[in-house]
Amino acid sequence: MGDFRILEVKQNVFAGNDRRAEALRRRLREKKLFLLNLMSSPGAGKTTLLTRTIERLGGELKIGVMEADIDSDVDAERIAKTGARAIQLHTGGMCHLDADMTAQGLEGLETGDLDLAILENVGNLVCPAEFDTGASKNAMILSVPEGDDKPLKYPLMFSVCDVVLINKVDVLPYFDFDMDKCRKNILARNPEAKIIPVCAKTGEGVDEWAGWLREQVKLWKE
Amino acid sequence: MHELGVVFYVIRDVKKVAEENRAERVQTVTLEIGEVTGVVHDLLRDCWKWAVKKEPIMDGAELIIEEIPAVTHCEDCGEDYETVKYAKICPHCGSGNTYLVQGREFNIKEIGVT
Repeated sequence: MGDFRILEVKQNVFAGNDRRAEALRRRLREKKLFLLNLMSSPGAGKTTLLTRTIERLGGELKIGVMEADIDSDVDAERIAKTGARAIQLHTGGMCHLDADMTAQGLEGLETGDLDLAILENVGNLVCPAEFDTGASKNAMILSVPEGDDKPLKYPLMFSVCDVVLINKVDVLPYFDFDMDKCRKNILARNPEAKIIPVCAKTGEGVDEWAGWLREQVKLWKE
Repeated sequence: MHELGVVFYVIRDVKKVAEENRAERVQTVTLEIGEVTGVVHDLLRDCWKWAVKKEPIMDGAELIIEEIPAVTHCEDCGEDYETVKYAKICPHCGSGNTYLVQGREFNIKEIGVT
């Protein structure tokens, strides 16, 4: 056995994933494929909002969806009913997706003819924020019943998102949810965040959201 | 958090460095972890013990954790303060115009090999 020696590494543990995410983003740009990483807590309404989004944009954009879950394929079945291409990714117990898993998912989705791929990340406000998936843009959904203080409790999630959708605004009268306070809390973490109040169930605000997404896809392809 | 996931990242990086340096065996791995990184050290150690057994070059490697204290800087009065104690609001002048200087690190500092 050789002598004991110390090797200096000085390397960020996330650096490898960040590099692979950047490489994936470059490939997506070349292929003119926009990838949206959609995050939220469990039950905030990701899948319902996605079905609304596909209804609104499916006529003009070719959309594919990757549903990431620890197990089960109930979400992919719901999306497939909209006519969009959908696949289920099982993370096998992992609480998030990283750039490698996302790249593998995109291969499975067969993105050749797609304009827009949407990754529905694992429902969780902590882990997915730490791992760059290589997406063009990050979006998150905060639903009214979760409370206006979530940006204070999960600051990293709010700081990595380009757009925050505040969902289930139809139940605002029944909750102590202060929309102004929530906006202030989000903007304190991320002054650049675009905030859109929506209701996936009634369709309120979905036009504005679809407009934002349409514009981003257009900009990505230019 | 995702302790098991990051343990796999660490092992992947460490293995690469060890192989490049023609090491036979990794004996120690020293991580620098910021105070507000959100990693649970005990959980990380448990995942570590389990995961290193799967890699012959890593089996039995000791995990050493050095914690880096979290410090926030106030842009208005220029003072630094303890993040965990006062969070976003500067205790010196009451300003919220502050940012984290250190405390979110997650680095592999060095490894000991034979």
